Amino acid sequence: MGDDRRSFLRRAGWGLACLAGAGSATELAGAFLRTEEETGGGKRLGMVVDLVACAREEGCTKCVEACNAVHNVPSLRDPGHAVKWIWKERFPDAFPDQEAENVLETVTEKPAVVLCNHCDNPPCARVCPTEATWKRPDGIVMMDWHRCIGCRYCMAACPYGSRSFNWVDPRPGLARPSPDYPTRTKGVVEKCTFCDERVDAGEPPACVAACPARAMAFGDLSDPKSEVRRLLRSRFALRRKAALGTRPSVYYLV
Amino acid sequence: MYDGGKILAGLAAFLALALFPFWEPAVGGRVARPEPKIVTAEKRCVRPKAEMRQSHMELLVSWRDSVVRQGQRSYRDPEGKAVTMSLEGTCMRCHPNKAEFCDSCHTALVVAPTCWECHIEPKERA
Repeated sequence: MGDDRRSFLRRAGWGLACLAGAGSATELAGAFLRTEEETGGGKRLGMVVDLVACAREEGCTKCVEACNAVHNVPSLRDPGHAVKWIWKERFPDAFPDQEAENVLETVTEKPAVVLCNHCDNPPCARVCPTEATWKRPDGIVMMDWHRCIGCRYCMAACPYGSRSFNWVDPRPGLARPSPDYPTRTKGVVEKCTFCDERVDAGEPPACVAACPARAMAFGDLSDPKSEVRRLLRSRFALRRKAALGTRPSVYYLV
Repeated sequence: MYDGGKILAGLAAFLALALFPFWEPAVGGRVARPEPKIVTAEKRCVRPKAEMRQSHMELLVSWRDSVVRQGQRSYRDPEGKAVTMSLEGTCMRCHPNKAEFCDSCHTALVVAPTCWECHIEPKERA
């Protein structure tokens, strides 16, 4: 004997505390000791758009056409049904928080090319109830159209209007669908995926490859030696609605 | 028993209807088993034929999850050959006869996979 209730409870308490401590330690270790596959090797893919070089090619829509052709983005007659992955936007609409009256007319009075910003802190992924959109370890904000239930929370959450809803069947809006990429279906949200299929194959996104002015660059933002980082060091750059804290991965050189 | 004749006739009619699936083949003859037509250029599939017959949909779902969610696009078949996981690019390249290959069974079994609402069927490749 010799074990009274008090000492038993005390020892049981210590035992439980140790168990809880071991649990937290494993959890913490798990957070630090992630495999390279889980963290994407610390990659953060991003894009740099040179607005000056882009504006020089007046009226050019090569990037938009290339993207639409590769990804079967339909052109639908009703603007309310429009589906957009990458498009041109008036500068004040793309950068509403930039006070740019009479400043840098070569940029601010020209349209800016806009697409999904593949935010480091994506609000769309946070609100998606089915995890149909999420951030990949390499920074691409991906979509799984198989999982999308069309609730459009992500569209409400995205401050850039980068997401489109398929109000109608997109197939009639495709003159010549590319057989290598699926179309989407009515009732699904879609957006730019940074050409995940091309990036996984080691190629740059279709818009970057198609730009005749070479105004777009794509690469790893976390690698100081990458092309995108070199460009960012060379000039002043903007990000859309930076004050919102979404940390976009698409930069605009001005 | 009141109305015995009616009750027994009703029961018989009910049983005949309820057991329709069991007596129908005897009367109407056996329905031909669908034989999907295989026209592949490759000698063998990524998995043994029997396994594909039974559980190709499970393989397709695991390929889908692997490609879309993990970004992992290469599959190692049992003989160690690397295959790109792609419905249009791999499966349908070998089996371009969707009507004879996919639909013949799916129609007979009244299953309606939703693959082709988005993925482009080979017949549209022209």
